[in-house]
Amino acid sequence: MRGARSAKWVAGAIVVALAATACGGSGDDEGNNKGSGPAGYVSIDVGEPQKPLIPADTNESNGSYVIQALFTQLLDFDAKGEIVYTNAESVTTKDSKTWTVKLKKGWKFHNGEEVTSKSYIDAWNWYANIKNNQQNSFWFQDIKGYDDVHPEKGEPKAKAMSGLKAVDDHTFTIELKYTMPYFIYKLGYTTWAPLPKVFYDDPKAFGQKPVGNGPYTFEKWDHKKLIQVKAWDDYLGPNKAKNKGVQFKNYTTVEAAYKDVVSGNLDMIRQVGPTDLPKYKQDLGDGAIDQPYAAIQTLTPAFYSKTFKDIDPKVLQGLSMAIDRKTITDTVLNKTRTPAQGFTPPGVKGYQNLDTDVFTYNPAKAKQLIQEGGGVPGNKFTIQYNTDGGHKEWVTAVCESIRKATGVDCVGDPKPDFATDLEARDNDQVKGMYRGGWVADYPVNANFMKELYHSTAEANNGHFSNKEIDGLMNKADSAKSLDASVKAFQEVEKKLVEHMPAIPLWYYRINGGHGKNVDNVNVDFHGDLEVWGVTTK
Amino acid sequence: MGRYVARRLLQMIPVFIGSTLIIFCMMYALPGDPVRAMMGDQAYDPTVVAGIKKELGLDQPLLQQYVNYMTGLFQGDFGTQIASQRPIADIIADAFPVTIRLTLFAFTFVTLVGIGLGVVAGLRPDTLRDRGLLTLTLVLVSMPSFVLGFLLQYLFAFQWSVTTPTVTDSTDFSQLMLPAIVLASLSLAYVARLTRTSIAENLRSDYMRTAVAKGLPRRRVIGVHLMRNSLIPVVTFLGIELGNLMTGAIVTEGIFNVRGIGIEIYDALSRREGATVVGIASLMVLIYLAASLIVDLLYAVLDPRIRYA
Repeated sequence: MRGARSAKWVAGAIVVALAATACGGSGDDEGNNKGSGPAGYVSIDVGEPQKPLIPADTNESNGSYVIQALFTQLLDFDAKGEIVYTNAESVTTKDSKTWTVKLKKGWKFHNGEEVTSKSYIDAWNWYANIKNNQQNSFWFQDIKGYDDVHPEKGEPKAKAMSGLKAVDDHTFTIELKYTMPYFIYKLGYTTWAPLPKVFYDDPKAFGQKPVGNGPYTFEKWDHKKLIQVKAWDDYLGPNKAKNKGVQFKNYTTVEAAYKDVVSGNLDMIRQVGPTDLPKYKQDLGDGAIDQPYAAIQTLTPAFYSKTFKDIDPKVLQGLSMAIDRKTITDTVLNKTRTPAQGFTPPGVKGYQNLDTDVFTYNPAKAKQLIQEGGGVPGNKFTIQYNTDGGHKEWVTAVCESIRKATGVDCVGDPKPDFATDLEARDNDQVKGMYRGGWVADYPVNANFMKELYHSTAEANNGHFSNKEIDGLMNKADSAKSLDASVKAFQEVEKKLVEHMPAIPLWYYRINGGHGKNVDNVNVDFHGDLEVWGVTTK
Repeated sequence: MGRYVARRLLQMIPVFIGSTLIIFCMMYALPGDPVRAMMGDQAYDPTVVAGIKKELGLDQPLLQQYVNYMTGLFQGDFGTQIASQRPIADIIADAFPVTIRLTLFAFTFVTLVGIGLGVVAGLRPDTLRDRGLLTLTLVLVSMPSFVLGFLLQYLFAFQWSVTTPTVTDSTDFSQLMLPAIVLASLSLAYVARLTRTSIAENLRSDYMRTAVAKGLPRRRVIGVHLMRNSLIPVVTFLGIELGNLMTGAIVTEGIFNVRGIGIEIYDALSRREGATVVGIASLMVLIYLAASLIVDLLYAVLDPRIRYA
């Protein structure tokens, strides 16, 4: 009976396997939250943050949602992009170079430690230090002494930036390397949050269980499933939580999240997927959100490529006029974008009407301009994009529009994913144009020009370089007041139309929504839903 | 038998090393730098990228990285994920039980329902009920899993509210039912068809006639004589399918929001998290190897003529 004996063997193996699974199963029995969690909590489809929750190490949207709930910086912005002081009493300057920060008194971290000048200065010095490899460390580069803690090569020469000085417990000064009238706006970015002393004991552990000074306290992080935060009763800021807490829930697809909003298992969704867009207003009724926010999509020529080397800007203006933005945004993009009128989106300080027809569809003039400019070399160019982000459809439509209007052949140059796309941009391997996208870091027009088109800007992957424009930008940076600087950048924007460092396509809109259980869902200037203001019914 | 098992287990070692090396090289060959990709569209500092790479040992040559990885693995260290800085072992420990639960559910469903249907149809070939089964399985085979997934989700969750549309709690078997059925449907069709053909064919064989002629009860004729012989191809298929069910669940896991291995490996691939991909893939390799060993051993149970030395 050989067969029977081996049967026992196999049966034994299966029993062992089953036992092993049963063991694994009992491990995650906790956190069986059905529906939308504890009473008074609201839920939103925010996925797993990429990195540990340290303010200066996060710049993707999932992580920054949670950071914004847990930490509060000196100031914040309202939906119009105006400054609202949160932790700061005031931030003032006389010469746009030395800034004096006065903190509000009585503010505490969630563990009871007081928020003082030192909480800020120590945190910023830690963030900027090259040894700590913080992703957003370059945000501190305007401060005097940054190069000592963050040299391009080798060990840092100092532990602290010389530009940061504490006057007393609630006042400190920031000295910059140069004048920068809109520096105050930068302070609203999540990276500038303070840290409690406990952070320095073990930054790694802190990243999994942060202690902040924000409207919510950390409750739990069930990796890849949910992050839960609880409203903090002692919070003193203007953005005090109006609900009892928030659950940031992870969904594998936007469609799955959308279904849960419709069926009431989830309260808010940040973006409705393309399949559900045509019917989401009907499904959600008053809960549908359709609002613009400060972000722009562009086509950026690689000025080092064979095609666009020494190109006459007239050709680019012509190509811009050959794109039927209105039809493409209405049909292909389902009205989720608004045709661009310039280089700066609305909702940003300094947004203006450029009074030009370069962004209006006009096939006859497009053809004429391209001819006057000497045409596109080879009468053909490519647009590089990543296929994992839903860009294929509009790139094809834009190419079709250009081909039809001008006869210039245009083809997509797909890269399998964002990582590959970025690599080609970094290594100067873009063959024609690439798909550019930019969301406001701070709501001032400089953010959409200086960071993108200055010859030395990190994000200037197309290597646009124009001495005159560089000069104008530098001058705008040294303006006496914020208003003067914004005005000067408006002049720069007018000049940009003449040189076309990129072809603006459209401004983004947020198409999200919320279910029947919550109310007062507002959108901030980045297009993030303001979770603190959401109320439950 | 013991010796055979030992030899098979030893053979697994080179297969394991070879396959991990291949996956490791493939991840290395893919364009796109994981640390750079983490920085996204906006501005970043190349010094920071270089610093992070150095810290993680990603600046070393490929072979050195592989050796480091394998040394870590033998000490029970799966490595650290680049972005989240969490140990990969934790990530696998989170996702694996979910997938195993889903797979076992689907696998049981495939085995019981698939073989059951196959036997029912195969015993009376060319009748109405046989044709009915053939049509049903044809529909299942030709329907992509996302169509079936959305359809069932729409019907059961939205129209009739029998179950939740997505899985919020992976330990709840009633929530896992729908994804398990969708996952199982394709192999169910294959298993049913395989069983049906095999049974229908063996029904006409000599030993069956002998068994009937001996006057054995029908239950014994079918249960022991017919089934044992007919199940060999089915068992072979099921063995391979166990592995396929585990890795092939990406689409289904996506539709029903099941946080399993499928999604995990997809995420890791698109973010170029080499160590995570290799870690999960090596486990899958082990499961395939174990499954094929069990299948081979099962042959002996089903057919006493097969022996292992």
